[in-house]
Amino acid sequence: MNLTLKIWRQKNAQDKGQLVDYKISDVSPDMSFLEMLDVLNDGLVEKGDEPVAFDHDCREGICGMCSLYINGEAHGPDRGVTTCQLHMRMFKDGDTIFIEPFRAKAFPVIKDLVVDRSAFDRIQHAGGFISVNTSGNTQDANAIPIPKHDADRAFDAATCIGCGACVATCKNSSAMLFVSAKVSQFALLPQGKVEAAERVLNMVEQMDHEGFGNCTNTGACEIECPKGISLENIARMNREYFKASIK
Amino acid sequence: MALDSKIPQGPISTKWTDYKDHINLVNPANKRNIDVIIVGTGLAGGSAAATLAELGYNVKAFCFQDSPRRAHSIAAQGGINAAKNYQGDGDSTFRLFYDTVKGGDYRAREANVHRLAEVSANIIDQCVAQGVPLAREYGGLLDNRSFGGTLVSRTFYAKGQTGQQLLLGAYSAMNRQIGRGKIQMYNRHEMLDLVIVDGKARGIIARNLVTGEIERHSAHAVVIASGGYGNVFFLSTNAMGSNVTAAWKIHKKGAYFANPCYTQIHPTCIPVSGDHQSKLTLMSESLRNDGRIWVPKKLEDAQAIREGRLKPTDLAEEDRDYYLERRYPSFGNLVPRDVASRAAKERCDAGFGVNKTGEAVYLDFASAIQRYGKEQAKIKHLDPDDAALVKKLGTEVVANKYGNLFQMYEKIVDDNPYETPMMIYPAVHYTMGGIWVDYNLMTTIEGCYAIGEANFSDHGANRLGASALMQGLADGYFVLPYTIGDYLSKDIRTGKISTDLPEFVEAEKNVRDQIERLSKNNGTHSVDYFHRKLGKVMWDKVGMARNAQGLSEAMEEIKAIREEFYRDVRVPGDVNGFNQELEKALRVADFLELGELFAKDALHRNESCGGHFREEYQTEEGEAQRDDVNFAYVAAWEYKGDPREAVLHKEELKFENVKLVQRSYK
Repeated sequence: MNLTLKIWRQKNAQDKGQLVDYKISDVSPDMSFLEMLDVLNDGLVEKGDEPVAFDHDCREGICGMCSLYINGEAHGPDRGVTTCQLHMRMFKDGDTIFIEPFRAKAFPVIKDLVVDRSAFDRIQHAGGFISVNTSGNTQDANAIPIPKHDADRAFDAATCIGCGACVATCKNSSAMLFVSAKVSQFALLPQGKVEAAERVLNMVEQMDHEGFGNCTNTGACEIECPKGISLENIARMNREYFKASIK
Repeated sequence: MALDSKIPQGPISTKWTDYKDHINLVNPANKRNIDVIIVGTGLAGGSAAATLAELGYNVKAFCFQDSPRRAHSIAAQGGINAAKNYQGDGDSTFRLFYDTVKGGDYRAREANVHRLAEVSANIIDQCVAQGVPLAREYGGLLDNRSFGGTLVSRTFYAKGQTGQQLLLGAYSAMNRQIGRGKIQMYNRHEMLDLVIVDGKARGIIARNLVTGEIERHSAHAVVIASGGYGNVFFLSTNAMGSNVTAAWKIHKKGAYFANPCYTQIHPTCIPVSGDHQSKLTLMSESLRNDGRIWVPKKLEDAQAIREGRLKPTDLAEEDRDYYLERRYPSFGNLVPRDVASRAAKERCDAGFGVNKTGEAVYLDFASAIQRYGKEQAKIKHLDPDDAALVKKLGTEVVANKYGNLFQMYEKIVDDNPYETPMMIYPAVHYTMGGIWVDYNLMTTIEGCYAIGEANFSDHGANRLGASALMQGLADGYFVLPYTIGDYLSKDIRTGKISTDLPEFVEAEKNVRDQIERLSKNNGTHSVDYFHRKLGKVMWDKVGMARNAQGLSEAMEEIKAIREEFYRDVRVPGDVNGFNQELEKALRVADFLELGELFAKDALHRNESCGGHFREEYQTEEGEAQRDDVNFAYVAAWEYKGDPREAVLHKEELKFENVKLVQRSYK
């Protein structure tokens, strides 16, 4: 395949940035999207140009590091995958592909397609944990049976990879899907109930403080989420938040 | 320097308890004045950082990713072992210990492995208390599955995302301490040197990957938890950024590097599809619980399949060779990884491979779908002879167990594994070798520790499935916090370490010089060009099967690539800012040195054991032939300025509780 790429280039956070055109040829449909960018970069380096900076690491859809906005969609046109799992067979010969960073006020650009998502970490610092020390003397893992249904739903929420696609997709740049996934995971488990009220209040406060927008129930985040995190979690977080607020 | 493993006296089952009862402790008020640096935030580093901070130490944690949650432990799929014996199938601490020593082909240190087995049950308790959603049965209790090389079900799991869930557990424990200010987190930082003052590790030089700034950080102890070095092969299941740099830097400063040639080639990975490939993807070993591995029995069928004239599903049962079940009837498809990988290579080398390049075998779920479907039909009082119904019900069960893995396979290969067997082939996955540590997990540099995959200690020459997560968390949660306390108890009066000391100045200068040299080199090729070249030599000559001639050639070739790299690499961009090419160049420079030591170690070990298979040393049936008389030792290499000049130090392994026998899974 021969493709035209329109890639966002931005030197650093202060630079204004712009789309730059690149032509790439002989792209195999079996390549992953990031392997296609590797080939582009190899060519740029050998020509003496600066390669395109983009975040990536595990390349199997689990670390949450990759973050491209491709043709107006977070992680590109395929469903249920991260950018590193997107394959070139989703595109056709002659296509023009727009590649941009995840855009949100709370995710400033570091360089080209790389953004700073540390706001997500700070929300987790505010309450994304159960306060239990490491001791080796916690009670036996089977001491509290947990209904399989609850454990499974907690697991589903816990599979969030923290990539930020929900924020990039949301017209309000809301982080509600991300925050609610962690709140839900713990709210569904007996171990998490003790601190449930404090957790949801603190995490939501930090989320607002970071400059993420609010949720207006559009549901685009759920569709673009590579892990299929359900909107149900946002409803659960709202309920938890309400319960905690009137205590 | 003679190696002292500092194994405590006494019977193996009480060593660790006695040790803990007699070490020095640091009182809480003094812990506040002690700093610890941890490099890497995977299961080992993350759990160590959280635990040491809970204890009251000031922790500085470093990771090159943009968040500690992204360390490559996140990608571990199948599970974590623990001797809980919840299934009542005869498991015990001793059995986990025994399986691990045997699985490692008798090249691990008994005392460390026993301690690992002892704390394994605590890990599960701890993780459940943290809210890690491990898989449960309908009664609400935890579920288990089996993994290779064992006869019991002791593996706890969270679908195919166990590593993710455990790492997020450790990350949440870290977050609590970051929020309290007890951990200072340095994301997007890479350690580029160790600073030693008066013979003790006292700090590191790190590069801020966003600003390019070179920073000095001091501490009373330094813990390396930076993972394994599988990316020396270029293609592996490791993350793109996984590297040996932190471990190699401490090696160059005096830490011995042990058994670098012990590498795990994992049998079930998605085969290579073309030259553009930058990374390989693992399919969890848990799939071998239900999947059956086979190739065609007849060469002409294999050829027809390769040429696309025949489909695997068209091949009759009697024309298939379930070679693991044939060769190893007692363990079948669940033989350990090294055995399964070699068996796949043997079949493919003999011409039975099933993809275009002839380097793939089938992993087939058709019989599992049948078996589960019939079972479900009976449970639901439906017709177990209704083929369509059975297939539907069976597919549901398989999807529930391995859904995310099947989806991952389909996205990459564009083939539906519910309908047609998966194609798999071995790929580099894990490194059992690593920095030599004593019983305290301390390296040969005082005050410098290595934990998790970065050290060499527990897996011998071959790691069993679901044991890496166990070891990472055991080291970080339950071992290091004791052993490092004993060491730090002597440091309560030391006070803050100044970063103005000449040792810091010199280390920083070395780092700056190396960066300058690479960035001003102005060669003609990208870093990846050299990394690929190195990887090809490693795979062809230092891979699944090795021989003396190939290894000698590999040492020369790697040296030549290294020299070419320094002559001809091109690293564009500004060093005072975000520069991914520079990051890669610094990492590949270290791989180019490690690779040569790796080949040297493989060349010196004139035996086959676990993941190290020397063609010259095999039994008549093609199994690994150990030489316990001459090689029952840990090879710990001392750096001497050039990888090939490294000096060998031996730690003799004593087996007092497990009898050395030829490992058999027949």
